[in-house]
Amino acid sequence: MFQVPSLSDLNVAAALPAVVLALGACVFLVVDLFVPRERKHITAWLTAGGLSVSLVLALLSLTDVVTFGDGEEAFFGMYIADQFTDMVNVIVLVTSLLGVMVAYNYLDRTNMQRGEYYYLLLFTTAGVMFMGAAGDLVVVFVALELLSIPLYILTGFRRPQEQSEESAMKYFLLGAFSSAFLVYGLALVYGATGTSNLREIWQAVDSMVAGDTSAQFLLLTGAGLSLVGLGFKVAAVPFHMWTPDVYQGAPTSVVAYMSVAAKVGGFAALLRVLVAGMPNFMLDNGTSAAWMDVTWLLAAATMIVGNFIAIVQSDLKRLLAYSSIAHAGYILIGVAAAGVPRVADEATQAVLIYLMAYAFTNVGAFSVIIAVERDDASNTGLSSMRGLARTQPLLAAAMAVFMLSLTGIPLTAGFVGKWFVFKAAIAADLIPVAVIGVLTSVLSAYYYLRIVWMMYFEDGDGEAATPRALAWAIGISAIGTLVFGFLPYLLSDMAREITLAFGG
Amino acid sequence: MEDISLVTVVFMLPLVGVFALLFVRNLTDYTVRWLTLIVSLITFGASLLLLRNFDTSVAGLQMVHQWDWIDTGSVTIRYYVGVDGISIWMVLLTTFIMPLAILTSMKTIHERTRLYYVLMLLMEWAMIGVFVAQDLFLFYVFWEVTLVPMYFLIGIWGAEERIYAAIKFFLYTMAGSLLMLLAILWLGNEAGTFTVPEIIEKLNSGELSLSASTGRWLFLAFGIAFAIKVPMWPLHSWLPDAHVQAPTAGSVILAGVLLKMGTYGFVRFNLPMFPEASETFAPYIAVLAVIGIIYGAWVSYGQKDVKKLVAYSSISHLGFVMLGIFALNSAGIQGGILQGVNHGISTGGLFLMVGMLYERRHTKLMSAFGGIWKAMPIYSGISLVIVLSSMGLPGLNGFVGEFTILLGSAGSDVLSWWFTAFAALGIILAAIYMLYMFNTVFMGALDKDENKNLPDLNRYELWTLIPILVMVFAIGLQASFFFDFMDSSVKELVDQVSASAMAAAGR
Repeated sequence: MFQVPSLSDLNVAAALPAVVLALGACVFLVVDLFVPRERKHITAWLTAGGLSVSLVLALLSLTDVVTFGDGEEAFFGMYIADQFTDMVNVIVLVTSLLGVMVAYNYLDRTNMQRGEYYYLLLFTTAGVMFMGAAGDLVVVFVALELLSIPLYILTGFRRPQEQSEESAMKYFLLGAFSSAFLVYGLALVYGATGTSNLREIWQAVDSMVAGDTSAQFLLLTGAGLSLVGLGFKVAAVPFHMWTPDVYQGAPTSVVAYMSVAAKVGGFAALLRVLVAGMPNFMLDNGTSAAWMDVTWLLAAATMIVGNFIAIVQSDLKRLLAYSSIAHAGYILIGVAAAGVPRVADEATQAVLIYLMAYAFTNVGAFSVIIAVERDDASNTGLSSMRGLARTQPLLAAAMAVFMLSLTGIPLTAGFVGKWFVFKAAIAADLIPVAVIGVLTSVLSAYYYLRIVWMMYFEDGDGEAATPRALAWAIGISAIGTLVFGFLPYLLSDMAREITLAFGG
Repeated sequence: MEDISLVTVVFMLPLVGVFALLFVRNLTDYTVRWLTLIVSLITFGASLLLLRNFDTSVAGLQMVHQWDWIDTGSVTIRYYVGVDGISIWMVLLTTFIMPLAILTSMKTIHERTRLYYVLMLLMEWAMIGVFVAQDLFLFYVFWEVTLVPMYFLIGIWGAEERIYAAIKFFLYTMAGSLLMLLAILWLGNEAGTFTVPEIIEKLNSGELSLSASTGRWLFLAFGIAFAIKVPMWPLHSWLPDAHVQAPTAGSVILAGVLLKMGTYGFVRFNLPMFPEASETFAPYIAVLAVIGIIYGAWVSYGQKDVKKLVAYSSISHLGFVMLGIFALNSAGIQGGILQGVNHGISTGGLFLMVGMLYERRHTKLMSAFGGIWKAMPIYSGISLVIVLSSMGLPGLNGFVGEFTILLGSAGSDVLSWWFTAFAALGIILAAIYMLYMFNTVFMGALDKDENKNLPDLNRYELWTLIPILVMVFAIGLQASFFFDFMDSSVKELVDQVSASAMAAAGR
């Protein structure tokens, strides 16, 4: 007989950080109706407050100060509240907080100050959090849509500017297409294993090794299609075509946020599905998962294409779009390395460390672009950086830190991320892809350093405006980038206990 | 955690200076300059204490300081610093060169002063870090970090083609080091530690064994990074650009210290960790070294620009250092290390000299000068000593280094006598291009009007050059004092290399 589950059966408390945020978003949606248009800073503050509460909860849970709920599973295995979830939450919440800070003044001066911006941002964030916590394929899909749909709207937020609308349309069409891939893939996985629960999939895959070839084929196709769908979200080559256009057309504050948040969500789900769900999906060699080879090929292609095309870009937003493609490649190395069971934990941790480092660095870099961008969305060319070191020394110094971090120079967070990802790759014997990784890093140094040289070596009257919230966001990002660079153990300790393996 | 050692103090002093410059408000340019100079002098003083506390009978690391920095569960990365006979002179060279580089900037750098001196101290911090780090992670961090301040120094305060030179310098050296990064990661994963002494111990005890081909791959991955830095022919093409475009202080640091990071890397990492591969590759490296010696000298002779001449002469001198190191015996390695120091002093001095000339005439073309001796006697006299030291005149420092190296390579088990013969040819060539330069610039008739009223050295310049002169004679006349410090460490290194090579041969 059907029984109505009680709240304690659901173990809602385990999902507290995500639930607080999602409920908060719903409440703010109503509250915002009563906030007059010229006083939207109230909504901004509320949003920041909601994010902070959630962030504090996530941090408490990550550091094991408080354990929410009873056990790691909530909603009957649909939601997994483990350390992985906590760290994903922390990363995306930090990103959204910075995202709100960089947005406020920008929205004001570009005449986009509307309450929708803030709660759409909250919904996206909730989507990422649910993706990271997904214990079931259905949750993966629903969370992906919760992540994506608000982003489509945010991308077109600069209505009636054509570029913004065009990028929203492009993003939406391609995004819908990729969702279809994902859902088809998930359906095939369901078909192969007879369940949509990741733990049960894990068990089913384990016993499948015996040699049911038709199920293996279904699973392979399913995993492949899921990879396509999620590869689109994280902007991996060859599913990256939307990225430069969308990044260039969308409001910069949205890009600052989505360039990180969408990646965090995509990679979290990818890890959940592949590493937690089918680590034992080995075809005939028995040492690495079946999805490893294709993942590292994707990683290699992504790094090569992203970095090569970035070299010739002359628009900062486009350049950083290709750079973000390239970084998807580096992170994919970590995902690929997780295909070797003995390295799985190390590689998962590496991916999270990389994402944390990337969050601070990339939001920071886009924030600097926001500072130099004019109200009519112009002045985002590479030349806008010229002479910035003289007119805005602190801003230029921060940008230099971000660029060095994206290059992966030591004493910045970016290096720590690369160190751990490459270490995992070497441990997994993925030496060729690691070599491609370091060589493309040299390429990337060229275009990142070019920004530095524009700022420091060339004369010009680089103009920029840094209102207080934006300045704080840039400052926090720069300090975060440096602190994690100088004290890498902060990152490694955070990630140390993380494992995706079921069966414990 | 152990007590803070003197090494950490020396290492962190420049960083304290950096923070002082960054966070103290309202500093005038004057204060900034003197503050930086004082910080670098204190650092030098502290490093002299290192010499005093150094026990020359100990082969291993001394004044060690370590604590766990990053603990990932599987591998621990340590903050681990210390000095031994191989690194102590490198640290001293760094702390010696830096005050001179700062002193020479006093009257020549007028723009963005504070940024300049922040970068100088950052540079010093990172370079000392390279020489004292005993953990591969720590070493790599500082190895890469040295690129950043130099990139800015060349790019902001350099000559006309500074941007090209800065970016080339950065990309070229970074490309090499990233392959080393992969080798470091591989080694760390296999050994379960990134600490160099532990890795060497595990290799020697057989707890960690590398196959011959693995050893060679790792040797190459480390070796290419170091060879680019040295730079060895044919990986040298970044050097003339960087040296010529850099401001005087930048060239002094590049030639004086940065290049030694490469040779130091070979001695510190390649020889003890991959002894078999070192033996295998020694003749090939020696070939490149000898080509470098002759090529560098040859190209130097053809230069019209004094600074370029000095830059190319570095390639030649560093060829000697490499030849000495890969003779794989005590004399060779000790000579190599000392010649590294000598080159830092002499070539550093030559760059200072060129810088002073450029300040007066704003040209570095040799044809613009002639008969300078008559206008600037003090300057010319000091220059003569430095030129002679660079050529290797007996009684001066260059001779001791080169002679010991040739002694080493002639007595080497792995190199044939041909190498020594060709290298000796390099010494003759050095005399030719150096004396040719001296002749064109300083001797002859003072026939150009612009040169007639050139002022002689001012106080700053004199005080920049005097320490160099002192060291030229000190090393030249009292070389045994310097060798004493290296003896035990180098002897142990050589024993270790030949023992593992013997074991490999017996296998």
